[in-house]
Amino acid sequence: MRRETLHAWLLLLPAAVLLASFTHIPAIETVVNSFFSTARGMRPSHFVGLGNYRNLIADPTFWQAMRNNLLYAAITIPLSMGIALAMALLVRGRIGGRGFLRMAFFTPTVLPLIAVANIWIFFYTPGFGLLNQIGALFGLPNMNFLGQGATALYAVAAVSVWKEAGFFMIFYLAALQTIPPSLIEAARLEGASSWHVFRRVTLPLIMPTTLFISVNAVINAFRLVDQVFVMTQGGPDNASTLLFYYIYQVGFQFWDTAYAATLTVVMLAILVAIAIGQFFLLDRKVHYR
Amino acid sequence: MADLTLDGVRKSFGETPVLQALDLAVPDGGFCVVVGPSGCGKSTLLRLVAGLETADAGRILIGGRDVTRLPPKARSAAMVFQNYALLPHLSVARNIAFGMEIRGTPRADIAARVADTARILRLEAQLDRKPRQLSGGQRQRVAMGRAIVRDPQVFLFDEPLSNLDAQLRAEMRAEIKALHARLGATALYVTHDQIEAMTMGDILVVLNGGRVEQIGPPEEIYRRPASTFVARFIGAPPMNLIPSTTAGSLAAGAPARGETLGIRPEHLKLAPGAGVEATARRIEPHGADTFIQATTAEGVDLTIRLPAGNGVRAGDQLPLLAPPAHLHHFGADGRRIA
Ligand SMILES: Nc1ncnc2c1ncn2[C@@H]1O[C@H](COP(=O)(O)OP(=O)(O)OP(=O)(O)O)[C@@H](O)[C@H]1O
Ligand SMILES: [Mg+2]
Repeated sequence: MRRETLHAWLLLLPAAVLLASFTHIPAIETVVNSFFSTARGMRPSHFVGLGNYRNLIADPTFWQAMRNNLLYAAITIPLSMGIALAMALLVRGRIGGRGFLRMAFFTPTVLPLIAVANIWIFFYTPGFGLLNQIGALFGLPNMNFLGQGATALYAVAAVSVWKEAGFFMIFYLAALQTIPPSLIEAARLEGASSWHVFRRVTLPLIMPTTLFISVNAVINAFRLVDQVFVMTQGGPDNASTLLFYYIYQVGFQFWDTAYAATLTVVMLAILVAIAIGQFFLLDRKVHYR
Repeated sequence: MADLTLDGVRKSFGETPVLQALDLAVPDGGFCVVVGPSGCGKSTLLRLVAGLETADAGRILIGGRDVTRLPPKARSAAMVFQNYALLPHLSVARNIAFGMEIRGTPRADIAARVADTARILRLEAQLDRKPRQLSGGQRQRVAMGRAIVRDPQVFLFDEPLSNLDAQLRAEMRAEIKALHARLGATALYVTHDQIEAMTMGDILVVLNGGRVEQIGPPEEIYRRPASTFVARFIGAPPMNLIPSTTAGSLAAGAPARGETLGIRPEHLKLAPGAGVEATARRIEPHGADTFIQATTAEGVDLTIRLPAGNGVRAGDQLPLLAPPAHLHHFGADGRRIA
């Protein structure tokens, strides 16, 4: 018994060491750092208690990033999930070219993000970009989607929806395929319309997948950085700055590592709270087989 | 209540014909059992009647009404699926109420009908449970509850008992028959279990490769199988089929007719001094009866069914005789001659 326990620990050790040194210890260090000041030149780091957190509450850029991120999440999560489900329902049916459609919908997920962002930058380019050219056909004025505070965030969000929907579709497609056809046939015999079948059979049965996807979507919405980096750099005037991008700026452009740690702690707290909330809220509606 | 008529119904999937010109008439309140080997088109037949598939040709009538082109919900047919098709996220009560909720039946009516159905099927204590918390037999009853609560003109059963163990199956056979007698609706019941086929139906349809081999009351089909296929398929152990040329003196006294002789295992007699000698090879006790596998000098394998306690042992020589009255004669095409 004791030997077995020892063996078990020995076998777990490599994984535990890796996990601890690259995940747990940095996480704890981050929390610790958030209570210290950033070392600068002559002045070494010293304990400042909640000082960083007080600064954070008074930091307008943080609040702007927070608002942007909430808006971004509110747009991208429902849209990408809704489109994913719609596409999955579409390519599940017996339509011609189904294989091609599945591939087409999934392509955005396979493309490297830099390539995706560049394609969309071309779409958005003022003057000769695709969107403006189409707009011109209808006599619309020239728009600088990425360069305008009013549209920059939405332009970034649109790319995310385009990219995530194809990825989530795969999960929905897998979930739809686990529904026994006889359940749907039984419902049809009872006189259920397509809407009834969707609402009362399909949707409840794919709830576990919906929960899984929504947790992922939330996490993705709060950890987006590369796209902002390539497309707008958070501009203009922080109009498209998201939390994670702001952390990057503070940490690696302003080198204020302690404040970056503080922001990270706050963001993690938000993510954990949302994830727990989702599980408790949706769990009652989710039926695991 | 209504009768069910199929008139020259055909169905193929792509190039493969699955049902070929099927005619069938089930009278009002009749219980028709369709039996046949796997893949012969039994489920397809039910799905055509239910409206889950559309016939390529022919007509389907329920109570004289042509439903061939009608959608499932307009047909007044309820189906019990082999895997029950219960919605796993809904309670027993909601599963039974599912169709009524969709059709917008008033709540009070739904509650009353669900309570009624639960009482008939002895499911009152389980109404709030989810399907996964039920036993196989209870799930089966919920599936039936969902069918009877609709008060349909025709009940369709697709191998409803095949997921149950032998004892429960026997119970449910009796229960379904009792329910049928009580509701008086017309039933079409598909199975590949020949005990169900023999015991449950007023009318038995033997299907083979999408064609009807024989239709009739079960005893009639047992007594006078129309083909070698039916002869082998109905009855356990199956009928002995012997090429006429190798029968020898087994059927002494009967005029030689047709290509194949048939004799049921229980009709073979031990007749010292008459018939043919066969060597018993295997003894299979089945409680009340014993099945004996034997081989004649001509190399014909026979199964004999004798009451237990007959004292036959493996290796014994058995004098076997087939009484002419119990012989079946089949022609070269496998059809019955007499
Ligand atoms: N949707 C379909 N597409 C193509 N072929 C099908 C389809 N459904 C059934 N078939 C074919 O039709 C034939 C009859 O199928 P069916 O399900 O009616 O058989 P069955 O008698 O119910 O068999 P089992 O006893 O195994 O349930 C089979 O050969 C099957 O492969
Ligand atoms: Mg079948």
